[in-house]
Amino acid sequence: MTAAPTPRQGSRPVAVVSFAQAPNVRRDTAHNEVELLMPVITEVLGAVGITKDDLGFICSGSTDYLVGGPFSFVGALDAVGVWPPKSESHVEMDAAWALYEAWVRLQEDDVDTALVYGFGKSSMGDLGKILALQLDPYTMAPLWPDPVSLAALQARALLDRGLATERDFAEVAARSRRSALDNPKAQVAEDRTADELLGDDYVVAPLRRHSLPPLTDGAAAIVLAAGERAFELCERPAWITGIDHRVETHAVGARDLTASPSTAKAAEVAGVSAGPVEVAELHAAFAPQELILRRALGLSADPTGNGSTVVNPSGGPLAANALMAGGLIRIGEAAARIAGGTAGRVVAHATSGPVLQQNLVAVLEGA
Amino acid sequence: MAERCAVIGVGQTKCASKRLDVSIAGLVREAAVGALEDAGLGFGDIDAVVIGKAPDMFEGVMMPELYLAPALGAVGKPLLRVHTAGSVGGSTALVAAHLVTAGIHQRVLTVAFEKQSDSDAMWALSVPQPFAAPLLAGAGGYFAPIIRAYIRRSGAPADIGMKVAVKDRLHALKNPYAHLHLPDISMKMVEDSVVIWDPLHYLESCPSSDGAAAMVLGSESAAAASEAATGKRPAWVHGMAMRSEPTMFAGRDQVNPQAGRDCAAEVYRQAGVSNPRSDFDCAEVYVPFSWYEPMWLENLGFCDEGQGWRLTDEGATSLDGGDIPWNCSGGVLSSNPIGASGMLRFLEVALQVRGEAGEHQVDGVRRALGQAYGGGSQFFSMWVLGAERP
Repeated sequence: MTAAPTPRQGSRPVAVVSFAQAPNVRRDTAHNEVELLMPVITEVLGAVGITKDDLGFICSGSTDYLVGGPFSFVGALDAVGVWPPKSESHVEMDAAWALYEAWVRLQEDDVDTALVYGFGKSSMGDLGKILALQLDPYTMAPLWPDPVSLAALQARALLDRGLATERDFAEVAARSRRSALDNPKAQVAEDRTADELLGDDYVVAPLRRHSLPPLTDGAAAIVLAAGERAFELCERPAWITGIDHRVETHAVGARDLTASPSTAKAAEVAGVSAGPVEVAELHAAFAPQELILRRALGLSADPTGNGSTVVNPSGGPLAANALMAGGLIRIGEAAARIAGGTAGRVVAHATSGPVLQQNLVAVLEGA
Repeated sequence: MAERCAVIGVGQTKCASKRLDVSIAGLVREAAVGALEDAGLGFGDIDAVVIGKAPDMFEGVMMPELYLAPALGAVGKPLLRVHTAGSVGGSTALVAAHLVTAGIHQRVLTVAFEKQSDSDAMWALSVPQPFAAPLLAGAGGYFAPIIRAYIRRSGAPADIGMKVAVKDRLHALKNPYAHLHLPDISMKMVEDSVVIWDPLHYLESCPSSDGAAAMVLGSESAAAASEAATGKRPAWVHGMAMRSEPTMFAGRDQVNPQAGRDCAAEVYRQAGVSNPRSDFDCAEVYVPFSWYEPMWLENLGFCDEGQGWRLTDEGATSLDGGDIPWNCSGGVLSSNPIGASGMLRFLEVALQVRGEAGEHQVDGVRRALGQAYGGGSQFFSMWVLGAERP
């Protein structure tokens, strides 16, 4: 039997063995969170022939502020049906961090499999106002800065420093939308050139419509397995050989918004540069952020797709952006390249907070 | 557990109705700095930060850990935010402990808080949701019928809840950090307070508090280094577990939930505990409403089912002469910064095991249980700490 590659962190190899996601639609008025999750969880477990009874640990990621009520994860747990009782936890973060918690838990050998899931319906409220409430409640939130305006400040800083052009933003969007044509779960998929996209109006200058992610309702789930269990469940497990996450200061004015030192640090710990990166799935919700992340990860700066690394072959967040699940979907999409046999070493990135405040980087490899 | 883990530093804030002297950041930092100083460490020595709190609507800040990152010295480090309802203070500590036992980090700072005065928990718990029964009376309204079921099932005398309310408030008088200090507390005072959720009198309910708790958890080598620097003994983790079950389904026993029994069985197995009443020297258990003491005495196996009220009645759980004192700190009935209430249970048993609990110290504690629960009595987290390295 093939051996799992030696992980850089932890002592026990852990792999993504299954991934499923709901269609990333603009507005799902027919399903509540449990109904959104149930088919996803059924699919992710069924694909590797296990049931909830086989799970040693469960961890989810979500936020009450999208639902507009407390304990949204409590109801969502009904999508799993934890009876008899299960070892279970939840992070009020993107589910990529739930995956991190599960990966930590799997380092101890009393647990062999874990289910991770995340969900978010952006359609139920005014996202601009909701995400403003994520900011410092004393100095920033009272000004109600919306996420598009903050991303526009970041984009402007890139332009002012000569680190990118508006055409670069359009190239990122054109490539992402073209890639999404191959992703049946994506929301925005079309074949338009950067020149055509540059005809879009500004939403908040210098961001045109194509540089923004689509509002999305969605959910996703992953099954992790450790050691031999991964080979039993899956022909080609995507082994997490490195994973780390770092946070920066919250004060937007105190940060250099054109760089992502937290991504660079996480990438260093996860060992991104220790080998070729064939595919990278980047959680860049706004087109300019992909350029920042490419530099932080040491990938080609060319946004057109001519570099040696294929970036966001799923279409990425510009094609589908389910909050609280989007980071987990990046890990799932990257792992799917390993499972599908089209790549041997991939990188996944997830972000949380305003303009890339907190970042997670994972390296996944085939055996 | 792959690696050993110990509590090497403890910090908590004074709890109060309104801590108007501090911002949210100031509140969590007060606890965090206390824990670091107790461990003889600074923020620079910490590898990662794990923070927990109950629903974000309790303060009106979405994912406040993002804003709190600099206040917690987390910039440039891994930061995790846990939310598992009322059990969150306990599960946050467990997530942090697993970072050590998994061998990922040497020293992890874990913090939990609630600043209830910034918003209104009763409102936050009562936002109407489509297709769901409104919880218009807050947590007490949810739990009162379950308490009535316990009384009917066990045949407990009506004054047992009031005895818990008096006992925990007497304990709180020995804890300078407790929110409620009621020197005149008596059965009559509790009985004379208004009934807010039958059978619960006002003084049988927890208060609404602002407060924070923090601990530094360390590996074996980190524990040795802190002990050498501070002269304070570590409290070793002997067992830890979380269990969850669904909120409702036909046949679910909400009085004595299976998840709580399973969680206890797992931590007892890890810690080698066969008779909790004699094997533990004390326990800190999440009792937000008085009657939950006898109910959890049974759920945690300190006695047979239906007998919990007898232990309370006999004074077995009192610091004043009881054989198994519960909530020597005054418990949740005396301080309830919701997100931190579970961590305070976990932290208080660390103080007891280290012999650092001051006036409410139980003599010669070798092993103690910390428990937290949340949701509709469906999320449980527990740990067993011991004075000896496992």
